[in-house]
Amino acid sequence: MPDVHVRKRLTVVEEIFHEGGPPPYLSLRRAAALAVIQNPYAGHYVEEIAAFMEDLKPLGLEMAKSLVAALGGDATIIEGYGKGAIVGAKGELEHGALWHVPGGYAMREILGGAKAIVASTKKVGSPGARLDVPITHINASYVRSHFDSMEVGLADAPRANEILLALVMTTGPRIHARIGGLKSWEIKGEDGLR
Amino acid sequence: MIAKIRKIATFVEETHTEMGHPISPPTRRAAAVAVIENPHAGKYVEDLSDLMTIGEELGALLTEKAVAALGIPGPSAESYGKAAAVGEDGELEHAAAILHPKLGTPVRKVLGKGAALIPSSKKRGGLGVPLDIPLGHKDAAFVRSHFDGMEVRLNDAPRANEIMVAVAVTDSGRPLPRVGGLKKEEIKGEDGLR
Repeated sequence: MPDVHVRKRLTVVEEIFHEGGPPPYLSLRRAAALAVIQNPYAGHYVEEIAAFMEDLKPLGLEMAKSLVAALGGDATIIEGYGKGAIVGAKGELEHGALWHVPGGYAMREILGGAKAIVASTKKVGSPGARLDVPITHINASYVRSHFDSMEVGLADAPRANEILLALVMTTGPRIHARIGGLKSWEIKGEDGLR
Repeated sequence: MIAKIRKIATFVEETHTEMGHPISPPTRRAAAVAVIENPHAGKYVEDLSDLMTIGEELGALLTEKAVAALGIPGPSAESYGKAAAVGEDGELEHAAAILHPKLGTPVRKVLGKGAALIPSSKKRGGLGVPLDIPLGHKDAAFVRSHFDGMEVRLNDAPRANEIMVAVAVTDSGRPLPRVGGLKKEEIKGEDGLR
């Protein structure tokens, strides 16, 4: 099984106080953890790649922990999450899909069994490519106030033989959420949807 | 605080490998960015002293945030830089008013020292404009290993009536410095240059 070689990491924390409306009592915080790793399959087609998902689990856990730490250290305040990947030019989109299991597993593990599917996106791109990582509520995908996203990227990554992996967590709804739908206090929490 | 802050973001970048060489400990840079309302957007105003005061406030706030993001005491910082991007209804001089007259003193207070000029850049731009913050050693501008830069950007800033203000701090120079020049071990620290 290939090793995971990390070239670079980035942690971003955004604190949003208002967006033109009345500043709510609690500001919204979003954090992203990025890791740039070597793509062990760059440059050629490899049929059996699934084993790499297992190798990525420790990195996923580290990134998820670093996000909770960046947001103050208390996992119980995390309300939204998402994940994504940008595969460098010598890789294929399927390599980005390797992140689904380890990225999702890591955040659920750290957040004590979050129920909703982790929203995700992926693409092939060059250094400087930006990724809009989708965000949804951690326990009920239909909570409308928590549909959000965070743009991430790095000027020098991913190189052609690299993959940029991203995890994102948030502490609450959009800053002036007011378009109705399922509320976070109405979550039943049975199926991860409502 | 007279600055009307919409949003604050912090970025921490760690380089673990460069061209296959492990970097241990990793080199680290942090930037803190505030997005504020530009009180003078859309009109020519002669007296910019309120922006100078805002610069003083943000110098302290952003430097504290950047140092906290690195998890180091202020005096352990090695290099620094500052930059601003003015939204389309503002004037380049607004960035200058924030950056140059008063922002440096509180930066140096947080970092304990800082004999060298704080390298800076400024521009006008739209949402998502990248800000390349120049970096130089805080006690001796000629330390060649610490000439560097850090790119930061926010997809939703600066709006036309906003200014994005950034302070960057590092605990290290470039990952693999080998172009000679003054070394940090040779700093005399008298004139801010050598």
